[in-house]
Amino acid sequence: MQEGTHLTTDDVRHIALLARIGMTDDEIERMRGQLSDILAQFEALSQVDTGDLQPTGHSVDLLSVMRDDISRPSFPREDALANAPNREDDLIRVKAVLE
Amino acid sequence: MTENLHSLTAHEARTLLDAGEITSVELTTAALERVAQVDGSVKAFITITDELALEQAKQADARIAAGEAQPLTGIPMALKDNMVTRGIRTTCASRILENFVPPYDATVTGRLYQQGAALIGKGNLDEFAMGSSNENSAFHPTHNPWSFDRVPGGSSGGPAAAVAADECLFALGSDTGGSIRQPAALCGIVGMKPTYGLVSRFGLVAFASSLDQIGPLTKDVTDCAIVLNAIAGNDPNDSTSLQFDVPDYTQALTADLRGLRIGVPAEYFGEGLDASVESVVRKGIDTLRTLGAEVEDTSLPSTPYALAVYYIIAPSEASANLARYDGVKYGFSAQDADSVWDALEKTRQHGFGQEVKRRIMLGAYALSAGYYDAYYLQAQRVRTLIRREFEQVFKRFDAVVMPTSPTVAFELGEKTADPLQMYRNDILTIPANIAGIPGISVPAGMSEGLPVGLQLMGPAMSESTILRIAHAFEQATDFRGTHGLPPL
Repeated sequence: MQEGTHLTTDDVRHIALLARIGMTDDEIERMRGQLSDILAQFEALSQVDTGDLQPTGHSVDLLSVMRDDISRPSFPREDALANAPNREDDLIRVKAVLE
Repeated sequence: MTENLHSLTAHEARTLLDAGEITSVELTTAALERVAQVDGSVKAFITITDELALEQAKQADARIAAGEAQPLTGIPMALKDNMVTRGIRTTCASRILENFVPPYDATVTGRLYQQGAALIGKGNLDEFAMGSSNENSAFHPTHNPWSFDRVPGGSSGGPAAAVAADECLFALGSDTGGSIRQPAALCGIVGMKPTYGLVSRFGLVAFASSLDQIGPLTKDVTDCAIVLNAIAGNDPNDSTSLQFDVPDYTQALTADLRGLRIGVPAEYFGEGLDASVESVVRKGIDTLRTLGAEVEDTSLPSTPYALAVYYIIAPSEASANLARYDGVKYGFSAQDADSVWDALEKTRQHGFGQEVKRRIMLGAYALSAGYYDAYYLQAQRVRTLIRREFEQVFKRFDAVVMPTSPTVAFELGEKTADPLQMYRNDILTIPANIAGIPGISVPAGMSEGLPVGLQLMGPAMSESTILRIAHAFEQATDFRGTHGLPPL
């Protein structure tokens, strides 16, 4: 973690692209200031001596849980499509993915 | 016995229902009348399900008459609006899910329906459970029943306020960094975050999957144990849910604390803790001693790092979990787009509120190339450190005690300008989520006319122990009897 995290406008645009969130220039600028302030508060973490400690992903050590491979009914098609914003018959309509 | 039925606890109502002195229809009608009377001011609900509640109440009365009542049969409840309910819209207080009607029930919803509880409505929250005041709801803020110009806390502020204002007899909240315990403290009720994995998260809209946990919001500790009995236990639909025999948590509610060792970790009484909150909690700790507990000072030295650990891990997980909101399968969808990417960016720009965007951005940054090791992995290593310190302390103590929130309920608008100031509200509750251990907030007294919560945490699976301590404390201090109910 670098000292004095100061994000640039380009940094914020890059993160917004990764997160696929559209932002106006005003939003980019506001986010730049807020994220920089928040990240600056986190710099203390880099000073913690974690030695050879392993990272904790989950607080409970769980093994992969597998269910038996038994088929079961899925949602009825109507239920699965009921919330689709742009439906055409039994399909969901989206913009072309390939130009 | 038809007056003020809404003010009963669930176990008080159970006694009257089983004795035939009241019916669930009467009780549910009383709760709905209370909603009609006060919710214009409290605004605890996003959706009110009055017709469903009365239908469920009728069915409950038939079950009670047939002698088939379970502990929550016929009891009016609320669910936080991030737990899915089949056929009833579930919004997460977000524009992006404003019209989403789930095709299935969360496991907790199903378990409470099976018991025969009556759903009064879906409670307000900070959008996607991200916040500590309910001011991040896309629809409206909820007001604290004790003082309408104050926040109820968050993110389970709606269900907490609904319980405090007697609009339902109990509710479920979810707690990722304090979202059950902090609003419980600020509203003067009981709230518990169980051990990670104790309650199924199936059908809880995901925020931070390694931290989220569902738990009860109740008027007293006995109800907390009863509700926990109903929702705890393994669920094949949640691969992180624990395999264990669910005990009867009400059996833990004995009146004395002899033989229990309780630690007071110094780091929870430091900078930022309001002096009058500290004084109420210190007095509460003296009460625990009077009840027979051995109380001693202790230390959890890495506590000051918990906030940073949380605000890296939770947004990182959130940025992945919220990637699913693409405007394709369900939810808000921007139609004025000229490409698939443009549609995605516009959907998320207009569907998500400011705090949700901030956290997705923070998480995307912490997980991005070049920063992953420094932020995300380092936060996970410090998470291990915090966990180990708790494990060490729990070799000497059965539980630790501290305040739930550094202040009483603050004013609406007081902390909205500065995200960091809002984040610091969670400083005393976050460590339990990081370590995956249970925590409970129980009313301890009043400061400035507003409730103060005393928090207990114990090792994983120690729900019975912290319920026992909270119950003995509640019996000795009688918050409800002493301070009455909010003046509405």
